[in-house]
Amino acid sequence: MDGFRIPLGSWVEAGVDWVKVNLDGLLDVVSFVVTFLVDGLTSLLLLPYFFVVIAIAALIAWLVRSWQLAIGTVVSFTLIVAMGLWVPAMQTLGLVLVAALVAVVIAVPLGIWSARNATVRAVLKPVLDFMQTMPAFVYLIPAIVFFSIGVVPGLVATVIFALPPGVRLTELGIRGVDSETVEAGQAFGAKPGQILRGIQLPLAMPTILAGINQVIMLALSMAVIAGMAGADGLGKMVVEAISTVNIAKGVEAGLGVVLIAVFLDRVTAALGTLGQNPASLPAVIRRRGAQRQATAAAAASAPIVETTVEEKELQNA
Amino acid sequence: MSEIALEARNLFKVFGKNPSQAVRRLKAGESRTAVDDAGTAAVIDASFTVNRGEIFVIMGLSGSGKSTIIRMLNGLHDATSGTVTVNGDPITGIPNGQLREIRRDRISMVFQHFALLPHRSVAANVAYPLELKGVAKAERLAKAAEILSLVGLEGLGEKMPSELSGGMQQRVGIARALAADSDILLMDEAFSALDPLIRREMQEQLLELQEKLQKTIVFITHDLNEAMFLGDRIAVMRDGRIVQIGTPEDILMDPANDYVEQFVQDVDRARVLTAANVMERPRPVVPETAGPRTALRQMRDAYMSATYVVGRDRQLLGVVTDRDAVKLVRSGATTLDSVLKPVLQSVREDEVLMNLFVPAVESPLPLAVTDAEGRLVGVIPRVTLLAALGPGPGATEEIILPLMPMPQAEIDAVLDDGWTDPGPSTSSGTQDAFGSGTELTEEVR
Repeated sequence: MDGFRIPLGSWVEAGVDWVKVNLDGLLDVVSFVVTFLVDGLTSLLLLPYFFVVIAIAALIAWLVRSWQLAIGTVVSFTLIVAMGLWVPAMQTLGLVLVAALVAVVIAVPLGIWSARNATVRAVLKPVLDFMQTMPAFVYLIPAIVFFSIGVVPGLVATVIFALPPGVRLTELGIRGVDSETVEAGQAFGAKPGQILRGIQLPLAMPTILAGINQVIMLALSMAVIAGMAGADGLGKMVVEAISTVNIAKGVEAGLGVVLIAVFLDRVTAALGTLGQNPASLPAVIRRRGAQRQATAAAAASAPIVETTVEEKELQNA
Repeated sequence: MSEIALEARNLFKVFGKNPSQAVRRLKAGESRTAVDDAGTAAVIDASFTVNRGEIFVIMGLSGSGKSTIIRMLNGLHDATSGTVTVNGDPITGIPNGQLREIRRDRISMVFQHFALLPHRSVAANVAYPLELKGVAKAERLAKAAEILSLVGLEGLGEKMPSELSGGMQQRVGIARALAADSDILLMDEAFSALDPLIRREMQEQLLELQEKLQKTIVFITHDLNEAMFLGDRIAVMRDGRIVQIGTPEDILMDPANDYVEQFVQDVDRARVLTAANVMERPRPVVPETAGPRTALRQMRDAYMSATYVVGRDRQLLGVVTDRDAVKLVRSGATTLDSVLKPVLQSVREDEVLMNLFVPAVESPLPLAVTDAEGRLVGVIPRVTLLAALGPGPGATEEIILPLMPMPQAEIDAVLDDGWTDPGPSTSSGTQDAFGSGTELTEEVR
């Protein structure tokens, strides 16, 4: 077997070098945009007092799910502050949100495309398998070559790693829409775009949102790896804790990731069933309103004669 | 516009690797299984026309190709070969945009599992075809409300489809198809997912609606009773081919082959066959101008105790009994007017057999069958009614009655002849019978 060696790695390396040399301008643009987005979002999160951010997060939780989740949000975010992790936590949150956003922007259209085209599906499937099973650290190497140390390679690796469930669940959701319902759209003469927007996307939305939830979770799990590439945040603290065998720091930073993960998971999961969460703020307000209307109607219908007289007066006026 | 709303000519649909090769071989006479290697033939050489305003039922078991056929009628499936024309315009081989236009304006569809849009309210579902046509919102919602009340769902527009029962959901499906205001309605097993009672109700409602709206309906079903109940004409499909096209009566009385015959064995004949299908030549019947003697003679010949009396144009006037006729003969009267009794039970010729049983039981004479103008066109003896329910081609032909009993007077005369002593002989005979019976049992023991 001596001498039998396929230099696959060297070929890829040569390819990476070629990209680095020839597409440097493109890489610079990507780097600039990503840095701008992450830094912008992070400084936006760090701009107001921490309790303002906590209040907004709690309000979002209440809007989509329930007041219980809002309280849980307040408690966990306060704990993050109390552990002195507010700044790295917001840096991580900024990174994760931007990464998830980029991943979703790429994944959902890809999912739609592969749901509508068997060839695309056939090509995409092995690629997605590859992306998901390749150890995530490996993406860091070319990413660092392209973008050098910092937040950008971490984000690129995160996007690649978090992309597949978004594509898959979007495709699954759209293909899972009852074929008869789609046929109904066709039978009444809807254009493909009308079917997509009016039937397929709305009906696939719970599945697509489950995919987005998965994307966010994977992005968060990549936060530590992004820390290895030099991105600031909780991930970087975990890496430091490992290298100095600092248990206290490691546990606190890890706990910070967990708390953010729980918040993001609950909120995005609730988005999938939006409108069906009976304890959410809009639902409560709607119910109250309906009750008030019902009582008002009951009160109005009881003295029939008076109301009609009043109505007449109103009309005359 | 022509009388033909929809025409399919030599339609083929093959799914699989090499559809056109499969069609070529099928046309050359190879069987469906022989071309399996080239593709699965779902529809083979189907030709039919649907007339304006009729309900055309395509019936077959699952896998017979009926759902594929209906999807070719609005282009949801491309025909592999053959043509479909709607009001004379071909819809096979035309660009997608034009096809969509035809679907929007001329053909709408009702689906087996309703296929409502679950995220839209009932009214928005009904308004969906109008939305696709670009009708303004207020106008389409007004139209939706109007059509919802037509199908008996007034005031439910704000509900979501999931809040309605299956039957109501399908009414929404029908309302949606009606909202498109197309002449042609395709109904793909529209009532198959409903439970039997609701199904019956929906079938009746569909016929009522059809009476009002006069659409051209192509209805797919696997239920022969449903086909017979709804269809003006029925196409029976088997293994992708249409094996017979005809009216329900044609299919039932004159099945084209063993397959159709087996199929119709299970059909509820009492709900399909009408009085006109089974009635016999009216007998006994006399014109009102006849005298009592003619009437008596008719009754005697027919072994009946009464006879129908008809006026000019064979209008059914009444009944005369033998006793009354005898009285008239004895009194020397020459007309039947004075003893004419009203006909208690008569049925219209388009009444289904189901509704004939009670009148037949209550009628002293073979049940009189009249046409729309009240003319006596036939009679149905009870035996004929019974025989018509059985399978077989002879069931509706004239029945040969068993040998008539001898006239009672003759029997009485024989019995009264007195060549034996009736009293003792019968009693001894009975004793003998009993005696031998006991002996027999003892021997056996």
